[in-house]
Amino acid sequence: MPSLKDLKNRITSVKNTRKITKAMQMVAAAKLRRAQENAEAARPYAEKMSAVLTSLATAVGSSEGAPRLLAGTGSDKVQLLVVMTGERGLCGGFNANIAKLARTRANELLAEGKTVKILTVGKKGRDALRRDLGQYFVGHVDLSEVKKLSYANAQDIADDILGRFDAGEFDVATIFYSIFESVISQKPTAQQIVPAQIETDASAASTVYDYEPGDQEILAALLPRGVATAIFAALLENNASFNGAQMSAMDNATRNAGDMIDKLTVEYNRSRQAAITKELIEIISGAEAL
Amino acid sequence: MADTMQFDLVSPERKLASVQAREVRLPGVEGDLTAMPGHAPVILSLRPGILTVVSAEGSSEFAVTGGFAEVSGETVTVLAERGVTKAELTAAIHADMVAEAKKVLDAAHPSVADAAAKMLADMEALGTHINL
Repeated sequence: MPSLKDLKNRITSVKNTRKITKAMQMVAAAKLRRAQENAEAARPYAEKMSAVLTSLATAVGSSEGAPRLLAGTGSDKVQLLVVMTGERGLCGGFNANIAKLARTRANELLAEGKTVKILTVGKKGRDALRRDLGQYFVGHVDLSEVKKLSYANAQDIADDILGRFDAGEFDVATIFYSIFESVISQKPTAQQIVPAQIETDASAASTVYDYEPGDQEILAALLPRGVATAIFAALLENNASFNGAQMSAMDNATRNAGDMIDKLTVEYNRSRQAAITKELIEIISGAEAL
Repeated sequence: MADTMQFDLVSPERKLASVQAREVRLPGVEGDLTAMPGHAPVILSLRPGILTVVSAEGSSEFAVTGGFAEVSGETVTVLAERGVTKAELTAAIHADMVAEAKKVLDAAHPSVADAAAKMLADMEALGTHINL
């Protein structure tokens, strides 16, 4: 049985832990609000971009000269998986869920006899996948020094991916990230970015545009930007998801610490009372013996 | 026909402007273009340059570094990679932009080197244009 002093030390230490998790929860809540605002602010651009891409792609269609970024290389042999996770832990299942989705997908592709290449963004995903899929890693993007995500970060990742695509290193690229649904729900998602996936919706082509310069040139210039935009949107979603996940994880931790403190305090009081009773019995029986 | 149209200038990170405009002068790659309400729908690529918006409150100018614009009868939407109001465009920001364009030119594939060189020239012309 732990001594009174041990119990007291444990209570103090759990109380300190609770203070830390509480603080982390508040920081995550503040960051989450900012992350959501950023994601919100980036939405008009992304929406417009995809609308214009859709109308352009419908116009150019699958004609002969369609750019490779849209039409693909005609093969799906080599698959690039871009796994985007957080740089830090203490956020519940956030990183693990993304890694799990990517791992399942990679194993499926390997079973089909495809070649898999993995590009990791964020330290946690790299660590989670290194053990069983480490030999497929082709690169890593470190964002741990980045205080505030900017479009330039997404641009760099996109340039890296597009460079590899131009060099013929892969046929299909898919990004893995988490969609922020709510504070308690983040949905790990896979999204194909190369070749671009355009919903060929008949209603989208309602307005007939003139293109200046030609539609082919604009499409060729826009597709790489579309990739960067998709990555930027994914980064922002991921950031919001991370903070949401961390907030709820820390909320749980704070509550657990509270429960633990209550339990320990009861135990502490019981043992103190037991010690007092024991001392009293000793005194009384001592007095009776006289 | 309405005498104004909705003008939006958005960058990947935020919305820079959203006003009712009477006319918008856009720096297109193949020459400048003025869009007024009722303009035929057009999508055009932009070169680095000055974009002027004339609204009921007067005109405002933005420096944009490429991107593209979607013009339809009632709306003009400019998706700029980077856009700042002309007043905010300082020599430092401009030097930064020029340096970036130089970097692109250095790294450019021979087939697109011409385009990158033009981009740099446009960028420098933009600086001269507003006397930096």
